[in-house]
Amino acid sequence: MISVNSRRYVVQRIGFGVLILAALLVVLPILFVVGAIVVEGIGAINWEFLTAIPRDGMKAGGIFPAIVGTLLLTVGTALAAIPFGVGGAIYLSEYARDTWLTRAIRLAIVNLAGIPSVVYGLFGLGLFVLFLQFGTSILAGSLTLAIMTLPIIISTSEEALRAVPTEFRTVSASLGGTRWQGIRNVVLPQALPGIITGVILGLLRAGGETAPILFTVAAFYLPRLPQSPFDQTMALPYHLYVISTQVPGMPIQVQYGTALVLLALVLSLNVVATVIRSYFRRKRQW
Amino acid sequence: MLTEIANPKIRIEHVSYAYDGEMVLRDVTLDVPANAVTAFFGPAGGGKTTLLRLINRLNDLVDGTQMTGRISLDGQDVYALGVNIPQLRRRVGMVFALPLPLPGTIRENVLYGPRLAGERDRSRLEEIVVRSLRQAALWDEVRDRLDGPASALSGGQQQRLCIARSLALEPEVLLLDEPTSGLDPISTGKVEESLLELKQHYTIIIVPHSVQQAARVADHAAFILMGDLIEYQPGKKIFTTPRDKRTEDYVTGRFG
Amino acid sequence: MRKGSMSGWGEFVVETLVRVAGFSAIGFVLLIFLFLLREGVPAFFEVVPGNLFGTRWYPTFDLFGTLPLVLGSLLITITAIVIALPLGVATAVFVREVAPNWAREILKPMIEVLAGIPSVVLGFFGMTLVAPFVRQVFGAPTGLTAFTGALILAYMALPTLISVAEDALDAVPRSYRDAALAMGATQWQTIWRVVVPAARSGIVTAVLLGMGRAIGETMAVMMVTGNAARMPLTLDSLFRPIRTMTATIAAEMGEVAQGSTHYHALFGIGIILFVLTFVINLTAASALFQKRRRGGLR
Repeated sequence: MISVNSRRYVVQRIGFGVLILAALLVVLPILFVVGAIVVEGIGAINWEFLTAIPRDGMKAGGIFPAIVGTLLLTVGTALAAIPFGVGGAIYLSEYARDTWLTRAIRLAIVNLAGIPSVVYGLFGLGLFVLFLQFGTSILAGSLTLAIMTLPIIISTSEEALRAVPTEFRTVSASLGGTRWQGIRNVVLPQALPGIITGVILGLLRAGGETAPILFTVAAFYLPRLPQSPFDQTMALPYHLYVISTQVPGMPIQVQYGTALVLLALVLSLNVVATVIRSYFRRKRQW
Repeated sequence: MLTEIANPKIRIEHVSYAYDGEMVLRDVTLDVPANAVTAFFGPAGGGKTTLLRLINRLNDLVDGTQMTGRISLDGQDVYALGVNIPQLRRRVGMVFALPLPLPGTIRENVLYGPRLAGERDRSRLEEIVVRSLRQAALWDEVRDRLDGPASALSGGQQQRLCIARSLALEPEVLLLDEPTSGLDPISTGKVEESLLELKQHYTIIIVPHSVQQAARVADHAAFILMGDLIEYQPGKKIFTTPRDKRTEDYVTGRFG
Repeated sequence: MRKGSMSGWGEFVVETLVRVAGFSAIGFVLLIFLFLLREGVPAFFEVVPGNLFGTRWYPTFDLFGTLPLVLGSLLITITAIVIALPLGVATAVFVREVAPNWAREILKPMIEVLAGIPSVVLGFFGMTLVAPFVRQVFGAPTGLTAFTGALILAYMALPTLISVAEDALDAVPRSYRDAALAMGATQWQTIWRVVVPAARSGIVTAVLLGMGRAIGETMAVMMVTGNAARMPLTLDSLFRPIRTMTATIAAEMGEVAQGSTHYHALFGIGIILFVLTFVINLTAASALFQKRRRGGLR
């Protein structure tokens, strides 16, 4: 009996060992990627790198236009995606009944989330750049990214809204509040941290994407800042792609430096989103 | 069985109600008199709360339901076409089983309804805060921290805040759904005491959380069992000399 | 009375607006499909089927055989899943069933970090560090191979796979575990014989979603697979350069003339990708929805 038992526990120990090994195999490479980019890239980071226009075939100078371009694209994406995303989430959570149409919306959201980013690029090229004649422009790129971001914002916002207990809506109604008054005064304020987290996560994805902006906005080399929404712009992810694959003789440190800036922007916002989420999760009373 | 009285505040006529095809209430008819406490009592799950929520149309928020019959307030059908539902709910206030302060301060909680109703006048609003909290017997305990978070109050205080929040709208009817179910005896006593005050000005319907409470606070009582109105008598006679065997069994504690 | 009707009007406007926002999701899916068709369908008329489904993609010589691209995508997607599935499921099991709290607190944010790393950064990392490593270890002539791409893809699919698998494990009723443990099973036996099998359908969903993510991945794949449009038919194809559908679009769309056959053919590839991911996600979603409906009892 005892020997059988101990054999079973040996098996258990081996099993757990395999699980731990798998977890390490997942986590260590992540640490390695982030670590390598920080270590190799930190040397390239200085004031000029962050604030100057690229010079010398992008081999020297800075990446300022790419940083600004990415920020502009992200803001543009936010402006277009937030109303539709949060509005859609409010509809699904607060108004929609369980009909086949509602299910069709959910299916559409799942599929929007699954469409490859490069297909979004094709779509943006077809609709915004060519058909609507926005040209390769910040406008076209932002709208393309916004549609790509929409499913993330809708699903996370809907989840945040649904997490607010029904009773709050009932109380508001019992005090003579209309449905929308209840949403605006009670439900939305409580769901806001969750919605903000979702919006940030969506925008992060948009800001880090390359494929959707390849044919809709990105400029290979544009040593000035864009002047209007109809201008092209450089963007960090595309810039990293360009200098690491398209420009021979590019100093490796500049490549790592660019990767580091992009990674730092994305991850720091990621941390902000996580902090907002966990802070409010602890604070709320339900 | 007494179901009709002269000049009732609320008249419920042949109300049946189904939820997802399942009958919750069957052909309920009764009149609720003004300025008195009427209790709907009976075993859990019998449809008392549903009946309460039909009066201020709170069940409109629930999908998949079906109602027949007629409910009128001061002779006006509350389910008639073109009834302003928010307006109806301002006239018929409600307090729920679990105290649920809205996020925000005590003052914001009390003023939630009046503000939505369009009241902007500062001194009027201030007056409402004082009056409602006094009526709910909470004023003395919170007068110094009106701008503190409502969630910091004790359970009993929160429930009285919820009563004050309903009273802020100066409703004509107050529906109380087991308002003391989560409270300690002392808080329960305070709430029950304030009911005696309140019935001078309001028509009160309460779903009590026990037969004892029903006997303590009710001027009139209706016994509801599994969706049927079994017995409705004025005064406290239903507790001492019930006419129906089932009422007697329940009141004497033989089931439920 | 006036006020009442005003607020009724406002309610109507708000409800209409959010309804439009909700239905826009359907509109966008249709719009995307419509524009892919509009620009891509001409390819099916301009190129004869034998060419279009042939084995050679040399647009300069009017050869538009999509087969090597489709196979290239499939090869690295499947390889990626073969790598990611055991890693992902084991990690999910570890996080859900075994890990002490402190380990979970470290693992979860790390996986979120992985999900947040832009594809182009992973591609860059793959080019500069993983590719040389692959070349040395496997003695391949170049490090830019299908395997390198699959390895990067596997890690990109992991966050999705892990989180869906975790949900699946989470959905296994507590009572299953209690029953197994009460019958004297060790914790490992409970996990291996009861919990994981019970979560099987959820894990299949996780695999599907991971595949959907992998097949559509563009930048990282383009940067590390070498982009040679050849048929991956031999066993060593895994350690040779390869080209995917996504990389083809991304690499060539910038250089084609609008309205040319090549342009239409690239949109045609877009249609293939759209349909593939649509089917994969539809399958995964229907599994998820079914579960929600079953679990969503009142």
